[in-house]
Formats: sequence, structure tokens, C-alpha cells
Amino acid sequence: MSKERVDVLIIGAGPAGLAAAISAKEHGIDSVLVLERENQPGGILKQCIHNGFGLRRFNEELTGPEYAQRDIDRANELGILIQCNTSVLSVSCDRKVTCVSVEYGFQVIECKAIILAMGCRERPRGAIGIPGTRCAGIYTAGAAQRFVNLEGYIPGKRIVILGSGDIGLIMARRLTLQGARVLACVEVMPYSSGLNRNIVQCLQDFNIPLLLNHTVVDIKGKERIGSVTVAKVNDLREPISGTEIEFDCDTLLISCGLIPENELSRGAGVVISPVTNGAIVNEKYETSVEGVFACGNVLHVHDLVDYVSSESYRAGKAASEYVMGECESDNMIIEVKDGYGVRGVVPQMIHKHVDDSVSLMFRPTKVFHNCEVVIKSDMETIYRKKVRVLTPGESSIIQMNSDIIMGINSKVITVDIE
Amino acid sequence: MKLSKTADLIIIGAGIVGCSIARELSRYSISVLVLEAGFDVGEGATKANSGIIHAGFDAIPGTKKALYNVKGAEMYPSLCKSLGVAYKQCGALVIALSEDDRRTIKALLNRGISNGVKGLEIIEKDEVLRLEPNINPDTVCALYAPTSAIVSPYEVAFALADDAACNGVEFLFNERVNNVSRNNEGYCITTDTTQYNCHSFINCSGTSGAKIHNMISDTKLFSINRRGQYYLLDKLKELPFSRTIFQCPSTMGKGVLVSPTIHGNTIIGPTAEDIADPDDKSTTKEGLADIVIKSRRIWPNAYFQNSITNFSGIRSHLESDDFIIGEIDNASGAFEVIGIESPGLTSAPAIAEDICNEIVNRFHLEHKKAIVQYKCPNRSFGEMSDIEREQAVISNKLNGNIICRCEMVTEAEIRAAINRPIKAKSIDAVKRRTRAGMGRCQGGFCTSRIMSIITEETGLSPVEITKSGGDSYLLMGDLTEFLRSTDNE
Repeated sequence: MSKERVDVLIIGAGPAGLAAAISAKEHGIDSVLVLERENQPGGILKQCIHNGFGLRRFNEELTGPEYAQRDIDRANELGILIQCNTSVLSVSCDRKVTCVSVEYGFQVIECKAIILAMGCRERPRGAIGIPGTRCAGIYTAGAAQRFVNLEGYIPGKRIVILGSGDIGLIMARRLTLQGARVLACVEVMPYSSGLNRNIVQCLQDFNIPLLLNHTVVDIKGKERIGSVTVAKVNDLREPISGTEIEFDCDTLLISCGLIPENELSRGAGVVISPVTNGAIVNEKYETSVEGVFACGNVLHVHDLVDYVSSESYRAGKAASEYVMGECESDNMIIEVKDGYGVRGVVPQMIHKHVDDSVSLMFRPTKVFHNCEVVIKSDMETIYRKKVRVLTPGESSIIQMNSDIIMGINSKVITVDIE
Repeated sequence: MKLSKTADLIIIGAGIVGCSIARELSRYSISVLVLEAGFDVGEGATKANSGIIHAGFDAIPGTKKALYNVKGAEMYPSLCKSLGVAYKQCGALVIALSEDDRRTIKALLNRGISNGVKGLEIIEKDEVLRLEPNINPDTVCALYAPTSAIVSPYEVAFALADDAACNGVEFLFNERVNNVSRNNEGYCITTDTTQYNCHSFINCSGTSGAKIHNMISDTKLFSINRRGQYYLLDKLKELPFSRTIFQCPSTMGKGVLVSPTIHGNTIIGPTAEDIADPDDKSTTKEGLADIVIKSRRIWPNAYFQNSITNFSGIRSHLESDDFIIGEIDNASGAFEVIGIESPGLTSAPAIAEDICNEIVNRFHLEHKKAIVQYKCPNRSFGEMSDIEREQAVISNKLNGNIICRCEMVTEAEIRAAINRPIKAKSIDAVKRRTRAGMGRCQGGFCTSRIMSIITEETGLSPVEITKSGGDSYLLMGDLTEFLRSTDNE
């Protein structure tokens, strides 16, 4: 078994992996390797041919492939090695990575630091537990997007979309433009989990009804799907009998949330948060396993790729510092907890002595208007920020300066919405 | 005008029973044709059941169910070994939650002893909880059956069918039998497209069993379609149960069970609902809710958050409550194996052996000289150790391309599955042979990749590829052509 050595190994060449690799290289690490299972870098951006990417990072609207290409170009410029068509099989707690590819066969790579950047996958029908038949024509929105945008096929002609995640909304528009009929977008919650701009541009502009507080209760069809039954739900998200509407359709797209892809992380012994389904990390994005970092959608599901890039850039820098031994060992850890109205704050831990400001990201649990995000240490408020509107479809980000953090005297701080 | 085709013997149905018989008969000098209504082997009850090789304590002594269950269970270890199919003797517990239940369990123990089941014993609460810490703490005692085992029922059927095919049995799919009648030579079996003439036939058509029986026999039978719904939970490092756990049985069958599967998932079910349509394999809100409630008797903390799919299967229940096996009265050469519900999977090899012997003696068949012993590839890439994986990639480079990441299925494995003796040309056919698409993402990632490989191997275009035969097409056309067609509307 041939063994190779790498300083910083990055798993995944999507936007997170690319940014982390660029950052590690820019911060002085020469030996950087990115492993990618597909035949080219770019990750999910390759199939996101719509625009709207990069507004925050580049101040312009790019398509997914354009956004990815900027990072790919930069990585090439820096001479970063991206090994495609390579699947990682396992990551061990002592940072050995096994992988296979047709070209290189079975490899074992010993790494000084590993950055997990595997992204996320879509929640399938089975995980939602929709009853009915198991006929053809039921796809996750991303799978349908791949068929249309990368392979040139139309998955269906009369379509119902369950869930109002961004990919589902984007596909509603994409399939309509392609000549299909999108009958409805059905959302079990009283609000959409997608970006507001997508509701407007992808549904409203095409007169596609968004049925909030509704869900799919039955799927009919023997070979290909023939219809779905949609019903209204009560406050407990249970279907109300008597409210059923049947839609004759040949396709059901599911856009019901994303799950960070942490099978490799778990295998390495990384502690996973039950809230984010991603690793528990500190402000350096280091996981519970020393020298293993996580960033992007494998850490927590982001709303904008711009945030994935900035987060991953920070993770790449931290990994490079770790490799160069620039980590302070004697440093108190402060735990960051979700308070009222807050779900999934990342990072979950902060070192008391930090050099830079720390950004805390979270999702509100529901829609809030004219509220304040408040951070408390014991009973003392250490941070307060007014916000006009918070919605679960969009991430909230708080920048905490290092002096605020250094002034914290308790071991726990809590983020609340008031 | 229908096509016409002739065979010495026709087997109706390519489920576990039909495939077991086909393999047995393939050793003899007789031309055998299998007609299957579905698009693949094992499309009926075979693909959707608990996958348990029952020890044999449940059936009433003296019944065919009891006889074949015990005999079949003994045959499975060597059968699976020779076919290269996984088999695991994980053992089973039937739990008693009250002193009333204890009486039932004692009766089961006695039944099991009369049926000749080995190793049965009643174990008390402490021992039960020691073996299975997640079990209902209200358990009083349990019947422990160490010989109970698990298999993947459709994988067994595929291997049996491939073995039969290697030895000359012809399998025809999408051939639903509409009529069976007598003719001078024997019997005439008609499907939508073809008229088949044969000397002899064996009806092992699952839910169509009684219907086909009634086409030939004056003694009319009535069968009930009993649907069972299941939940399948994701693989975990530590499964909640390492043995099959049954509740005390009731008149509707063995009730909801919780069991590990051969591939390391947890299966929970089945329900028992009598339904009119033998093809209605849908799951229902009520059925799934019922599983959740009933499973709590075994597993109070049962959680369904990591469910990866739910499905249902339909078994055929006869009023006699026993299998019917043998030649139909006053119909020489017309054999049947019907009413095959639980323990049908377990019984199939033993039933096949008996039916085969009867046919061999009747028609004075000779044993073939050259037999091909088909064997599935031993271990899947996903189950290999690192050293084995390294070897696998060296021996076939295409093992270096992982197509299904959840179940770690390689391109080499998918190409091999497509080209098994009975070709796999649909997504579900590939899925059941390789497990690609059976993991937690349920094909979200690999479906389009598998379609490309099927296209390369079979010459089908992507729009011709189905999920599961018939009209279950995955795509509705080429993008530009579709846009052009809507412009014209």
C-alpha cells in the first residue's frame, strides 16, 4: 500500500474546498491537495446555471459556473493540485485518508491537517416519509437540476414541488422556461425556507402558486407518478382531513432541506451537532478531532455561497496556522449556546484569546420583525444589534470583535432574539 | 395473431418459489421456461418481506408450513454459500409482555419442539435485556430461537434465477398469464403476446395463484391479498437490535417485528391489511402510523427520524391457512405452489426439492452431465477491508470509481450486475443487485450516473431507461426536442 504525505488535504472541490485550499496556499502551505469525486471541480455550482451568486463577495451577479471558475482559476494560478474522479473512503482520527480512483488506484494519504468540505445532500422522499406508491417521477430538486442543466433531459412535464427550498424554487422557474408546467409549490411551514428573492423571481413572476401550510399526503401511480394529494396542515403540521386537493402530475420534485454529508466525519470520530447536523467547531473551524477542520455546507447549510467562501477561507487559514504550529494551547474555551429564537449557532465554541473578530452564524427559528439579536454572558448583555427582519430562509451573521470576546468572564454565552 | 412457443415445462412466476424450482429443474433433461408478469425476478412478495429465515416454531405441527419451514431453514446455509449470497444466523426472540403472553410463548416452544426446531428455549427478563438492551423493559420472558436467520430475499432469488439461466432455463418478463387451458399435448398458456404450449406447468404466481388454479380446476379457491408495509431505517454503527424481535403472534400473523437486515439496516413491519387490488403496493399514512405504534411494544424508544424509505409487499393468503403444493386433482401435469405467505421464503428451497423430485419421477428425467454452478461475487466493495479494496482496484480499475457513495458501489460492480445472466436494464434492477441507490440518499446522487452506465452497456438511450420496467420512464424527453414540441402547441 503506497503511502503519501500531504500538509493540508481538502476533501471536496466545491466552493468550500476551493476557498479553503486557496487560503491554505496563500497562508504559506506548499503541500496542499484537494480530492474531488466528480470529474471536475466546482461542486454543485456546476449545475446552478442561474445567476445571483457572488453579490456580496464580488459585488456582481454571477452564474454558478462563473462563480466557481473564479476560484478554480485562482487555485490553478497558485498551482494547487486538484485530484478529480477520486472518492474518499475513510478518514481516521490520526488523519490518514484512504481514497480510490481509476487513475491512481487505492491510496493512503497521511495529512498534517484535513479540511472537510464535502457539502451536503438533499433530504429524499423516504426521509420525509410520504406514503403512496414507489413509482418513477419522484426526484429531489437537485437531481432534476442535474438532468436538465448538465445532461440535457426534461424529467417531467406536469410538476408539483414539495418544499420551498431554494433549489426547488429555482427549478420551478427553470422547468417553466423549458416548457414544463409547474402546478404548485407546496410548503408545510407557514413561511418559505428559501430566499425571498427566489420566491419573487421564480414563483410569483411565473404565477406559480405557493401553498404555505400544506403538504403532500399521498402519491398515486403504478409505473410513473399520476397524481399527488395535497392537504392543509394544522399548527402541529398534521394534515387536516377534508382539505385534500389532488394534482394530476407526472413529476414530484422534493426540496425539503439539505443534510450535511458527514459520514466521513463520523468515521473519524468528529462530534456532530444534532442541531446543525455538522461538526461542532471552534472559531478556527477545528472539529473535536485535532487537526481536522470543517467548513461550508458540510458544517452547516448556508443560504449564500458567498458566506461559504468566506467561512472556508478562514478555515483554510486556521488549518495553515495549525500546520505551522501557530496555535496557542493554553486558551480558555467559551461555549456558544442557542437561545430564544436561535437555531444552530456556528461556531459552537470560541477561544477567549482571539486575534481577529469572530463571525457567528445562525438561523432564526421563525420570522421576526423589528427585533434585536442579543448576546449574553451570564446575565450581562455583551452585544446587541437591531434587525428589521429575520427569516429562517436566510442566515444571520454577527461579527464579534476580539475585545468583546476577551472581556467575557463566563464559560458560556447565549445568543437570543428579543 | 399471437406468437407461438413451446417448452416441456413452464413455470409461472419468477419469485423465490419459481426461481428455486427453476434451478432444481435446470439440472435435468427438460426444457423449462419461466413466465414472469413483472419486469424482473422477485417483483412480487419476494422483494418486499422481512427477509427472515424462520426457525420454524410458528407453524402448526403437521401442516405443510411446518414441514417445509423446518426443512427449508436447514437448507439455507449451504444454499446461500453455494450461490455466494449473504446469510446470517442472528437468532430471534419472541417477547412476552404479560403472563398471558408467557402461555402463548410456551405453546410456541412446544410447537417448535414438535416441528423439530433445534435450540429453542425460554429465557427470562434479565437475560432478554442483557441480550437486547433496547427491548421493552416490560418484557416478562422470551422464546429464544438461535437458528433464526436473515437474508436478502431478492438477492437469493436473483442468484437462483441466474444459476437456472446458466443451466438453460429461459426467463421471459412482462408476460402476464391471461389464460391456461388444456390441449392435446398438455396445456396452453396465453399472455398478451404469445401462446405457450407445454406438457406440464407449475403455478407459482403468488397473488395470482388462486386465479390460475381456478382456470384449470373445478375446485375453486379464493385467496386474500394481504399487504404488509415496512419502514427501513438507516445503517448505524450500533444497531438497536442484533436479533429479530417478534411480538406474541395473533390471528393476522406474526405482527410487527423489528430486525436487523443482512446489510445492516433495521427493518420494522409488516402491517397486515387485506386489500382488493393485488398490485396496490402503496404505503398509507394509517399503515405507517400503525407500524410506529406497534413497534413501541418491542422498542419503546423506537425512532423513525433516520428512516430511509418505506415500502409494502403483498402476500397471498388462502382460506385453508396452509400452502397448497402438488398436482391439481384431475389435471395431470398441472402443478401448483400457492398460498405462499410466511414462511414462504424459508420454505422455498424445500418445496422446490419436493416438486422437482415429483416431476423427475413422473417424466423419468435424467440428470444433466454438465452443470454450471453460478456464484455471485463474494463480497461487495462496500464490505471489503482496505487490503481487499486495494486488490479489487488492482484487479479491475473500474473499482476505483465509486458510483453510489452511500453504499459504496463501484462502476465495476454496476457493469457486472447489468451483465449478469439475467440482465439488469432498469434502475431498480441494478439497485437490487448492487445496492446502488439503496442508501440514505436513495439514489439522489447516483441515478443519473447509473443511467449513463446502462446506456453504455445496453445501447438504450437515457429516455428509454425505466425505473422498474413498463412505462416507468425516468425522463420525459430531450430538452431541445421537448421545448420545440411545446412551441408547436
